[in-house]
Amino acid sequence: MSVTYIDAIHQAQLELLRERDDVFLYGQDIGAFGGAFKATKGLQEEFPERVLDSPISEDAMVGVAIGASISGMRPIVEMQFADFSSIAFNQIVNHAGTHFYRTGVSVPITVRLPCGGTPGSGPFHSQMVETLYGHYPGIIVVTPATVSDAYHLLKQSVEIDDPVVFCEHKFLYRWLKTDQIDSDPLPLGVARITRPGKHATVVTYSAMVHEAVRAADRLAKEGWEIEVVDLRSVKPLDMDTVIASVARTGRLLALGEAFPWGGVTAEVVSQVVAEGFHLLDAPPMRLNAKDTPIPYHPDLWAVHRPTPESIIEKLRELLNF
Amino acid sequence: MSNSTLAGSGIESDLVRRTLRAMILSRTLESKLSSLYKAGKIVGGVYLGTGQEAFSGSLGACLDQEKDIFAPLIRDQAGRTAFGEPVIEATRTYLGSALGPMRGRDGNIHRGRPDQRRPAMISHLGTSVSLVAGMLMARRMKGELGGVVGATCVGDGATSTGAFHEGLNLAAVEKLPMVVLVADNQFAYSTPRERQFACENLIDRARGYGVTGTEVDATGLFSSLVAIHKAVESARAGGGPQMVVGKLLRLCGHGEHDDGSYVAKQLRESSLGQDCLEIGIKEVIDEGIATTEEVENWKTKATEHVQEAVATAQTEATPDPYKEDWRSLSAEGMQP
Repeated sequence: MSVTYIDAIHQAQLELLRERDDVFLYGQDIGAFGGAFKATKGLQEEFPERVLDSPISEDAMVGVAIGASISGMRPIVEMQFADFSSIAFNQIVNHAGTHFYRTGVSVPITVRLPCGGTPGSGPFHSQMVETLYGHYPGIIVVTPATVSDAYHLLKQSVEIDDPVVFCEHKFLYRWLKTDQIDSDPLPLGVARITRPGKHATVVTYSAMVHEAVRAADRLAKEGWEIEVVDLRSVKPLDMDTVIASVARTGRLLALGEAFPWGGVTAEVVSQVVAEGFHLLDAPPMRLNAKDTPIPYHPDLWAVHRPTPESIIEKLRELLNF
Repeated sequence: MSNSTLAGSGIESDLVRRTLRAMILSRTLESKLSSLYKAGKIVGGVYLGTGQEAFSGSLGACLDQEKDIFAPLIRDQAGRTAFGEPVIEATRTYLGSALGPMRGRDGNIHRGRPDQRRPAMISHLGTSVSLVAGMLMARRMKGELGGVVGATCVGDGATSTGAFHEGLNLAAVEKLPMVVLVADNQFAYSTPRERQFACENLIDRARGYGVTGTEVDATGLFSSLVAIHKAVESARAGGGPQMVVGKLLRLCGHGEHDDGSYVAKQLRESSLGQDCLEIGIKEVIDEGIATTEEVENWKTKATEHVQEAVATAQTEATPDPYKEDWRSLSAEGMQP
């Protein structure tokens, strides 16, 4: 019996609702309908008072979550798509993100953002938004790449007393499977060496972990051993693991699916250069999506984001420096 | 009570007296804050609620300090005071005392104690509507909603925001025991209401949201109290969200940096420009709810109270940037 990435998110929410009376789910179409991606299927039936359909009001959904969280609840807000969280941006960054620093009262909310591209989804149902939320103080930004991480990081996010933006990748929802959830999770805030290597390090997160592993597998046939680091959360950013990896390989490619200006990959490169310049045998490189809105047509979309081919090309450049 | 405004309202003398005292204390405090600002003793802005004390104070006084929720906005010193916020919290926040509720991390009207059901406003207008809705929904889920009312205040300008619309619509959908005061004070900063909305009157919007709407002459204490008392009790009794629009004029600038010169003389001299505090005192004395001597005594006490709160805050330490922990997260091990 295999578990998919979306099953893991469903299972985590079911268990949280069963284990904690203070957890509730709030979002559009998440009740009887079970959510646009079925992450809450059947949950309202078991918890009619704690799985609530919201109006199409992303700002107010997060406002409600903040209010409920300072009144003893642990809300999980489902944005139907990460792209729509732009409407809730103010509540997340200015209200939730500032609350503990200003008042000393923490805001334990988890905002689930179905993010990233899938073929045919177009400019407004495909975005990666982790950079936006990571930029602001007071917010934890989680980016699971595996089924077990989707499960454990969601459960850990809800346990944390601070606002968590939980970036779950839609492309992984159905195809990514595991036989069973790991019983020994890593803590939130710690990166994982997904694939060990010695010639270059690819630092990445979310769905790009899998593209990086594909690229590494192909280069392995030529004798290159590429290390892939899965950040798991982009804030906090586990630079200890990243720097240790770069110390072993001397070469860094920071890989992400987000737009290229600024962002997580820029942050990783910047910190590696500042803290580990002496470890580098080649200029660190970045590979991101293209600097256009995300295209609708599957053929355009497929090359808008990094692919195993574009990753290999970049890695060859890095390895041959 | 013989007065036709209060007759049959169920409002006790004590509520009227408490409201007027809060108005007096608020006006006294704000006058002092203005002086301190003009003397260069307050860094940042000073934002007053002059002319809105009856409207705001009535809400604070009608709420139950033991269980209700009050999320004030920029011109709600009277409401804060009537709801029990100690004056020292205002002076500490304005003067940057490390002992204040915001510890120098935020200032002026951006203050509160969320764990005491007094959320600390952010500058983005309308955000408190859904916040209070969430505080009420939490109580409902925990089975602790019984008899609780959540209230917040906005101005005419905030009703133009998406956050206000989303929040009030949501509160109506959830049929929450909520009171939303709209101080229609004619200007949002300098923008007159005709550049803010096209409906004839803001109260027309209540029907669209499916909430009970009441419009009131907010230059009067009795009229404000009657309307707001009724709204609070209706919300408490299960009548769903209540929107009360108070017609008044802001009798100050947006902040003390603003002379409000864009307010036409004709408007200032109209009935909207009457001072609710003067009217309130007259109403209370004429009605025999307090004597002139009592009111004078309240003013004296208010002055002493404010002077003490200012003096205390002025002698207290300000935050030490070298000892600040610079943490924005409460969880251990998460701070970058």
